[in-house]
Amino acid sequence: MMEKPLNNRAWLLVAPVFLIVAFSAILPIMTVVNYSVQDTFGNNQFFWNGLGWFQELLDPSTELGGRFFDALWRNLMFSAIILAIEVPLGILVALSMPRDGWKVAATLVLMALPLLIPWNVVGTIWQVFARADIGLAGWALNALGIPYNYTGDVISAWVTIVVMDVWHWTSLVALLCYAGLKSIPDAYYQAARIDGASRWAIFTTIQLPKMKRVLLIAVLLRFMDSFMIYTEPFVLTGGGPGNATTFLSIDLVKLALGQFDLGKAAAMSLVYNLIVLAVCWVFYTVMTHAGTERPVREIAS
Amino acid sequence: MTLELEKVSRAVAGVTHIHDVSLRLERGSLNVLLGATLAGKTSLMRLMAGLDAPTSGRVLVDGKDVTGFTVKKRSVAMVYQQFINYPALTVYENIASPLRVAGLPRSEIEARVAEAARLLKLTPYLQRRPLEMSGGQQQRCAIARALVKRADLVLLDEPLANLDYKLREELREELPRIFASTGAVFVYATTEPMEALLLGGSTATLREGRLTQFGPTAEVYRRPGDLATARVFSDPPLNTLQATKSGGTVRLQAGGSIPVAGAFASVPDGSYTIGVRAHHLQVEAGEGHEAAPSINGVFRLRASVTVAEITGSETYLHMEAGETPLIALLPGIRGLEPGTAVDVLVDPGQILLFDSAGARAGRALDAAA
Amino acid sequence: MASITLDHLAHAYRPNPQGPQDYALKEINHVWRQGGAYALLGPSGCGKTTLLNIISGLVIPTNGRILFDGRDVTHLPTEARNIAQVFQFPVVYDTMTVRQNLAFPLKNRGVPREDIDRRVEEIAGRLDMSAVLDRKAQNLTADAKQKISLGRGLVRSDVAAILFDEPLTVIDPHLKWQLRSSLKELHRSLDLTMIYVTHDQTEALTFADTVVVMHDGAVVQTGTPEELFVRPAHTFVGHFIGSPGMNVLPASVEGRTAHVGGAGGVAIQLARGYSALPAGARIELGVRPEFAQLAPAGAGVPVVVKRIDDLGRTRIARIEIAGHPASALVPEGVHLNGDQAGLMLDPQQIHIYADGALVAGQGGA
Repeated sequence: MMEKPLNNRAWLLVAPVFLIVAFSAILPIMTVVNYSVQDTFGNNQFFWNGLGWFQELLDPSTELGGRFFDALWRNLMFSAIILAIEVPLGILVALSMPRDGWKVAATLVLMALPLLIPWNVVGTIWQVFARADIGLAGWALNALGIPYNYTGDVISAWVTIVVMDVWHWTSLVALLCYAGLKSIPDAYYQAARIDGASRWAIFTTIQLPKMKRVLLIAVLLRFMDSFMIYTEPFVLTGGGPGNATTFLSIDLVKLALGQFDLGKAAAMSLVYNLIVLAVCWVFYTVMTHAGTERPVREIAS
Repeated sequence: MTLELEKVSRAVAGVTHIHDVSLRLERGSLNVLLGATLAGKTSLMRLMAGLDAPTSGRVLVDGKDVTGFTVKKRSVAMVYQQFINYPALTVYENIASPLRVAGLPRSEIEARVAEAARLLKLTPYLQRRPLEMSGGQQQRCAIARALVKRADLVLLDEPLANLDYKLREELREELPRIFASTGAVFVYATTEPMEALLLGGSTATLREGRLTQFGPTAEVYRRPGDLATARVFSDPPLNTLQATKSGGTVRLQAGGSIPVAGAFASVPDGSYTIGVRAHHLQVEAGEGHEAAPSINGVFRLRASVTVAEITGSETYLHMEAGETPLIALLPGIRGLEPGTAVDVLVDPGQILLFDSAGARAGRALDAAA
Repeated sequence: MASITLDHLAHAYRPNPQGPQDYALKEINHVWRQGGAYALLGPSGCGKTTLLNIISGLVIPTNGRILFDGRDVTHLPTEARNIAQVFQFPVVYDTMTVRQNLAFPLKNRGVPREDIDRRVEEIAGRLDMSAVLDRKAQNLTADAKQKISLGRGLVRSDVAAILFDEPLTVIDPHLKWQLRSSLKELHRSLDLTMIYVTHDQTEALTFADTVVVMHDGAVVQTGTPEELFVRPAHTFVGHFIGSPGMNVLPASVEGRTAHVGGAGGVAIQLARGYSALPAGARIELGVRPEFAQLAPAGAGVPVVVKRIDDLGRTRIARIEIAGHPASALVPEGVHLNGDQAGLMLDPQQIHIYADGALVAGQGGA
């Protein structure tokens, strides 16, 4: 909350970090920038293309622009769906978690399990679990008369990916909300009971406002993660059926490594990056704004 | 050591927390920072400790400029309002921890911990863990840890605020003697005037980030240099009355006038603010529609009782004289009903007089207190 | 509106309590009269918070019953009892304005819109908060927030009692005075039962008409502030109330004379006789510093002065009487030379305690 006094020698100590960041982030990004303004036919032969790729990318009528915007909408749609499910569900789970006793530890461990599984393993688990022929879920659904096949049916594929993400990440939202709930002093609940507040009123007047900050963090994390999702759909559907689950990241890899269109891929990844940064900035502003609303020092002198 | 603040100011994000404070704290002294919440007590302590750097001004230790030095380079110990101890360590290890960090030999650590524990009456509890003790003992442990370092500067930020009333009383009484035995510069922040008086030493009164006065505690209490200081250093709150001196007469806005007397004798005609502490007001049963005329050079004004608070042996009488709220501390039990008309007597020999800018006026009144 | 009766109430936090040592709250019988201003006073861990929680319905007592106007509410939940509570740290609904905060309990109870508006305006007026009604509650100062907490209780017409749990803890000294006196004014004008829990004797004595002093899970004395001050029923009360507390000196008593410090000690004259002191009991003499005034050496009981504290309004001397530490007032105009002085005691105000409990003397002046 208060900065330490500035000391010029501190910059020396920070220098190694700058060097590392330069090599790990700035140089690769500059390489990508370099690619994005050139075209290549392989053999390390490059041609200056100016902003050509960017113009093409941002024009939905071109082939590149078309697939870019398709993938972008898919991404946004996916993020919106999982946020709409995971946030309320996470809050609900957090609200129903036990407050004290041995159950707390047990619940926390259980909740953390999905978070500990590597992402490609999550994809594999669901790939098998949801298979219409041998997977328990897929087989059961079909046995119940619901036509389900994520490799062939667009709806099935989307449902599977969404359910997988919800299974994987709702815990995170729930744990964050739980931490927020735990920080509310008992007196608030007592006061609300005395005021005759209903369960719903307690939620909207006490719990939700006190969870606001952690919820913002949860939404930010989940949005970023889902916007950059790659591994799980890649393992599960490979972007199919057709291009139905080809998200930006998957498309990017197809473009860069599948078709070796380095220039196009570079331009796309830069725009992708800028979108992520912009969203980050918006969230950051909202979050710091939410911070300043609070009374700065309540019991200080 | 001596600690000197030279025209120190600090602003954070454009908001000035400390305005131009100059203060010189002597070796072995106990200094109380008295002020309301957010008056700048904690901010000032952070500057003294080197946790924050001043925006302007200098901090000197023994005449040497240490303004840019961080807290690690200074010899400082701090005690907070919250009881901050290592919960997993015994009281012994808690007290010993700063010595272990400093790498002192074992025998030296043992001797110093034993000494600090004795001073703070913790000897029987050395093998306990902090949470197994009462709040008062936990805070004793934190204070012992601050003392054992033998730091040159010990800062205590409302250390007793979270304790029960009686425990506070007990520690308040012990602390000055414990401090006196060490020779460090002690700085003790509090919001309570009574605490400052009980601790003694010197008091610096703070208001809205400004130092209003610094001097021996009883001196500051009896001879506040301005209205702000008098207000900060009054509990119950200072009674204030508006008065006008004109020719040979002093007239109170709330009613009553007397021939010039007391502090009024040495000031020019004009408007003044009278400050009277609660125990200097006298109250008589009021009769008739108006207050009896002021006689014998004592102001007499009509007031109406709002609340009587009885403490067992004394009564705090809250009153209103017109729009002016007044509090009197009266000996004995005076169960006056709200709405009762009373006459309030103000002896000009027992007032603090301030001019329209809030500065002290008149000298004769220094006998008052 | 109700009186609250505590009927053989006791509570133990552990199941199957065996002896009295297992009880956090030992058996208590008490009636809180309708419209009374009460304080529950005691140090941390004395059981006052347990008692408060039983009244508010957060804790169900192990034994006994609690009655509101004769109706057994022992097992009723908080919301079914007609009580309001103000907590140590201010509780306001952050997202709401002051007006919405005050209206909240009424809205929850389905009170008609126009009644709510009228009631909120009225209570805001009483609390001097009309000007800030449409401000966000979370940006107000701690004392304003406490007033809102109180206001949420006051707006309700069904409230029988308002409980205060150390409500001035986070309030600055200057504002404490204001808040406390407005509390008293409200109490007078509203005819509400108020129960104020605190460890701070000044708050308890100034607020309450009747103070219940608790120690170690039990009530040690119930009385007016004056009674607690003048006739403490227990040395604990003597010590806990008053600042500094009562001087308690080990003594032996013969007739109307007390001896402090055994042979070679000092003799103190008493106003009453104590012929039937229980044998083998620990006998102590108690006298408040307010009734013990220092005088130059030669007068009264000889004492040694260790230190004099200047408290601005008064001077308190820390003295030793036959080796036992005590406190006494130094009257204005008294100047002492050296560390020898005399102590003038008011015999009427000297009490004798056997094993901590007050012994009634015979006769008297």
